[in-house]
Amino acid sequence: MDVEDIEIQLFVQAMRLRHGHDFSEYAPASLKRRVQQLVRTHESGTVVRLVDRILHEEGFLPRVIEGLSVPVSEMFRDPAVFRSLRDKVLPVLASYPEINIWQAGCAHGQEVYSLAILLEEAGLYERSRIYATDFNDAALAVAAEGIYATREARVWSRNYIEAGGSHSFSDYYSARYDFIKLDQRLRRNVTFLNHNLVTDEVFCEAHLILCRNVLIYFSNALQDRTLGLFRDSLVRGGFLCLGTRENIDFSPAASCFTHIDGALRIYQLGGSGAKALKK
Amino acid sequence: MTARAAIAIGCSAGGLVALERLLPGLDPRLPVPIVVCCHTGSPDVGLLVELLGRHSVLPVKEAHEREAADPGTVHVAPSGYHLLVESNFHFSLSVDAKVAYARPSIDVLFETAAAAWRERLVAVLMTGANSDGAQGLKAVRDTGGYAIVQDPSTAEADVMPRAGLDIAGADACLPLDAIAAALNRLCMS
Ligand SMILES: C[S@@+](CC[C@H](N)C(=O)[O-])C[C@H]1O[C@@H](n2cnc3c(N)ncnc32)[C@H](O)[C@@H]1O
Repeated sequence: MDVEDIEIQLFVQAMRLRHGHDFSEYAPASLKRRVQQLVRTHESGTVVRLVDRILHEEGFLPRVIEGLSVPVSEMFRDPAVFRSLRDKVLPVLASYPEINIWQAGCAHGQEVYSLAILLEEAGLYERSRIYATDFNDAALAVAAEGIYATREARVWSRNYIEAGGSHSFSDYYSARYDFIKLDQRLRRNVTFLNHNLVTDEVFCEAHLILCRNVLIYFSNALQDRTLGLFRDSLVRGGFLCLGTRENIDFSPAASCFTHIDGALRIYQLGGSGAKALKK
Repeated sequence: MTARAAIAIGCSAGGLVALERLLPGLDPRLPVPIVVCCHTGSPDVGLLVELLGRHSVLPVKEAHEREAADPGTVHVAPSGYHLLVESNFHFSLSVDAKVAYARPSIDVLFETAAAAWRERLVAVLMTGANSDGAQGLKAVRDTGGYAIVQDPSTAEADVMPRAGLDIAGADACLPLDAIAAALNRLCMS
């Protein structure tokens, strides 16, 4: 076995035994790259020296979590997905007196604000609550602030239009120098929470769950466990939206979801089998 | 001689035309998977897959996460995602930050393919206007894999093959039209 692969295993063990963070079911190739990146960021030379700090250094853990989380996102990424949510999902959600949405793996919050804008424009925001979760506290803090680099706003503005936005994207932020700040009224019904998909349980009853580009980092077994968690959190007929290149063909838990828009990975809890599984 | 088990190809500017010339020359009985990372700048790689499919003797498809790298198939990295090869020769995807300004990045594909196939990998770096792939090619050579670089003078954009030669060197530096035959030889023996 390659020495570095042995070191990665020691890293995973140290995170689990010392801090209760279990990365053993993450897809190994990405995990390895991220650990290598951590070694560079902290100039520790080898993974084992990083493990030493994980075991002994007070306050080091959050920095490791930050390095392993890689909260890369965009507003209205894959505009067709947000258009489909607007056209096909929101009209169904409109029939509920209260709408609970869980955004799992919300990173820096770009998709939280995107969702809030969709709900606002559909006239549903007042009766909605968005639970935005991630296991990276630093990312959650950035998400709550809603401040992003101005250079990103151009792409996001185009995405917003392609997603069928009915206003001007610039109505939703104020620009200052190199930064834009999203209108903080957009988060009046948002709750930011630390939730770890590997270890934490169901915490709300949701009508829509968005979890895009998070499961791609999970092994088949962990993907299946997480889809089971989503199934147990959704009301019957609730919706699930995953990243556009995710593949759930190998997950037994996925069999209780039916396609609404297969190419865009939008599913609904229901169809045969769903009733038996749902209390 | 080591029997080669997989081919990884990286290209950027001019890549479509180069691939359209390379793929028809491959042996239809080629018993190894071919994995392609080509920067297109388009949000959907579907068109590239279709165009290549018209020229290729082997089936061309977008690479899907969690699926195996199939022998005799050309798997193309989707737009906007890094394509990685796991040690069990299945694909995984990531939306981690761009590498060398690119996602998908050739470095990411080459480095993970090198870790998976080691000395049984053949990597090909072709035309392109940036230096993505050079570090990856170095990883391929460091693990004993075989590196082919397109002769820069036959490349539509020569920055990428030149960077590959500078940083990693090559086991063979070939004009575009000689690459397919070399791959057939390396993988059919
Ligand atoms: C690539 S981002 C996805 C952002 C956004 N959903 C998108 O698609 O643009 C992945 C996020 O998943 C989070 N994540 C990874 N593992 C997690 C876990 N076990 N529990 C909760 N969040 C996790 C990371 O912290 C990161 O913010």
